[in-house]
Amino acid sequence: MRHQVQLQIGPVALRVGSQWAGPIKALTRLYEGYPEPEAPCDFTVRLEPDKPWRRWIRPSVAVGGDYRLPGSVPLALRHGLLAAELGMNLQMALGHKRHLLLHASSVERDGRALLMTGESGAGKSTLAALLGERGWRLMGDEFALLDLDDGTLHPFPRAISLKNGSIAMLETEVEGRRLGPRLDGTPKGVIRHLRPNAGAIAAMAERAAPALILFPRFGADLAPAVRKVGAAEVFVRLTQASTNYVTLGERGFDALTRLVVSTPARAIDYHDTANALALVEGLWADLAR
Amino acid sequence: MSSAAHMVVRALRNPLSAERLSEEQWTALLTAARAESLLGSLADRLRDLNLPAKVSQILADARADAERARVQALWEAEMARRALAPLDVPVVLLKGTAYAAAGLAAGVGRSIGDLDILVPRDRLAVVQQALLSAGWEWVKEDAYDDLYYRRWMHELPPLIHKDRDRMIDVHHTILPLTARPTPDAAAMIVDSVALGDGLRGGGPLDKGLRILAPADMVIHAAAHLFADGDLAGGLRNLWDIDRLLREYGDRRHFWRDLAWRARRHQLRAPVARALRLAASLYATPVDEVCAGRRRWNDALFERRLLARSGWGSETNLALRLGFYIRSHTLRMPLPMLARHLWIKARQS
Amino acid sequence: MAGPRFTADPPDMMRTVELDGLTALFHLPSGTTHILAPPAPQILAALADGPATAPTILARIRRAFDVEGPRRSGGQRRSGALAVLETRIAELEAAGLVSRL
Repeated sequence: MRHQVQLQIGPVALRVGSQWAGPIKALTRLYEGYPEPEAPCDFTVRLEPDKPWRRWIRPSVAVGGDYRLPGSVPLALRHGLLAAELGMNLQMALGHKRHLLLHASSVERDGRALLMTGESGAGKSTLAALLGERGWRLMGDEFALLDLDDGTLHPFPRAISLKNGSIAMLETEVEGRRLGPRLDGTPKGVIRHLRPNAGAIAAMAERAAPALILFPRFGADLAPAVRKVGAAEVFVRLTQASTNYVTLGERGFDALTRLVVSTPARAIDYHDTANALALVEGLWADLAR
Repeated sequence: MSSAAHMVVRALRNPLSAERLSEEQWTALLTAARAESLLGSLADRLRDLNLPAKVSQILADARADAERARVQALWEAEMARRALAPLDVPVVLLKGTAYAAAGLAAGVGRSIGDLDILVPRDRLAVVQQALLSAGWEWVKEDAYDDLYYRRWMHELPPLIHKDRDRMIDVHHTILPLTARPTPDAAAMIVDSVALGDGLRGGGPLDKGLRILAPADMVIHAAAHLFADGDLAGGLRNLWDIDRLLREYGDRRHFWRDLAWRARRHQLRAPVARALRLAASLYATPVDEVCAGRRRWNDALFERRLLARSGWGSETNLALRLGFYIRSHTLRMPLPMLARHLWIKARQS
Repeated sequence: MAGPRFTADPPDMMRTVELDGLTALFHLPSGTTHILAPPAPQILAALADGPATAPTILARIRRAFDVEGPRRSGGQRRSGALAVLETRIAELEAAGLVSRL
């Protein structure tokens, strides 16, 4: 690989190699301030041309690495940063087995963690990013890592992937140098990456006990609502939100049942972000022990 | 210049040599091992060594992972047994699941993918029906692929279980029907061994499931190393052969059996080459008569097997293409191949 | 006619956690997780005493949970309950938690 960068993110050391310089430059800038990774690396991402001539002619980036998805569509070179981020997601989703992985965002306050999980577009990344600028510590926006032995959550503070409407919201709240390039015309619309703040980066090894699980749902015409979610439903929804529950066997079962039995859970519907943030703060005050 | 794959082979062959590796070398070694599906086996070989903490953790994770995969693979075999038990058909486990079920060294640390079973060709229809009734469904929906599988390949089209989401491949012989060597599958089934006759490793699989006789197991592995692939992932296959030969090599008449059966199944040359490559790469003790004299192109095979970089990519494109074309011509006579490739091209 | 005899793995081969009226069950031999509703957990508990036919399983469950009720149309109720039980047993068989001897 002509160009490479190595990153330590929470408990995971990742290396990204690329046949083009651009994606590595963008990745290095986005992750400025992250600590030196602990060798050897846990996972490898490769950004390569899917056919040899695609290195130069209408260059397109195939996402490869230790794990790959057969049949995935290559991205244009100008979206190389996105390809790198997708590559890292893929390695974690398919290869990481040291913790139970939940597709959820997480933020911490006073040593306790809030977990938010739900469908794409439900707003868990945006809410986590905003909470991270309002006195909470961002632990992660894509993956929450549940310890298999003691039930705590490990931070995994990757750059937050902001889409479409959320971009403007955060652009007004954070310094420009924490934002990656604006990527138009991606398969998911417009994307911009946001680097977690210095506090989140400095605390990337500090775990927190889960204290509240939320299932947010966003809709422009949704009446705001809060609903208690029963333990069985939480359990099933979390197994669906986990890429590695099935492979973890008994330890995964124990860890997830322990989480579900000991952590209150609510579903919240909202149409307005400010309203959602107020709901979250209120529920945290009432329920998080 | 030695590739990362060389490092993998060296570490497997001589575990102590791994104690001298630098951090960069570890990253390359682990990546290449993973790419060759040898990380679990490597983790087992290096189990008792004094290694840096991070490395030990990664290897411990790999061992735990292999163990969980083993449980799930053996369960898949058990569910197939339950579905097929009423039929009174011999069901012979193949490849990784067989090694794990029989507690063989070749099964340790092995990543097991689909369940592969061998059944008599004349019972295929009832076996298919029983599996479909027990919750398996077809994977490939295309009529042409279906025809390809049934008429020309050596297995039913792939089936996947609708709840467990795991695949089963039902074979009726060990090589495609269109390939030139035509092994005698019926003989392999007759000579198969019931699990539970000297079963090691315990488990529920002591009623009704079978594995190939030792020599046939080696022959099957060798057949697939050469005749069924472009050698991608060949190091894994060759390691299985090394483990099998070390397990069975001291048994009375094993080498004589191996030579005789290989000739019967028209696979003497692939088996001999497999023995030579195992001896060369893994220092496997082999019988010299069975292995035969080194051929000029053994070196090409070795280079192909070792064409893996420390970033996990396959190297040596020209060599790889040569083997890919060769693997297809082995499976099908030329006119058939042309037709097949043309139809596939039209589909895409 | 009693029908086939069923068997299940012993209780120490399963981990169960009660969640809100349902049972989350981890089956060690297969590594699979199931969410069970009554009477499925009760069927498995009944089989802990050894292999049994469907009518025997029903009797064991009734004994364990003291479910007799008024004997008014006892015959009809019992055969209705048996039919339901047989359906649940078939589901447990498909899931791999119960097999027949």
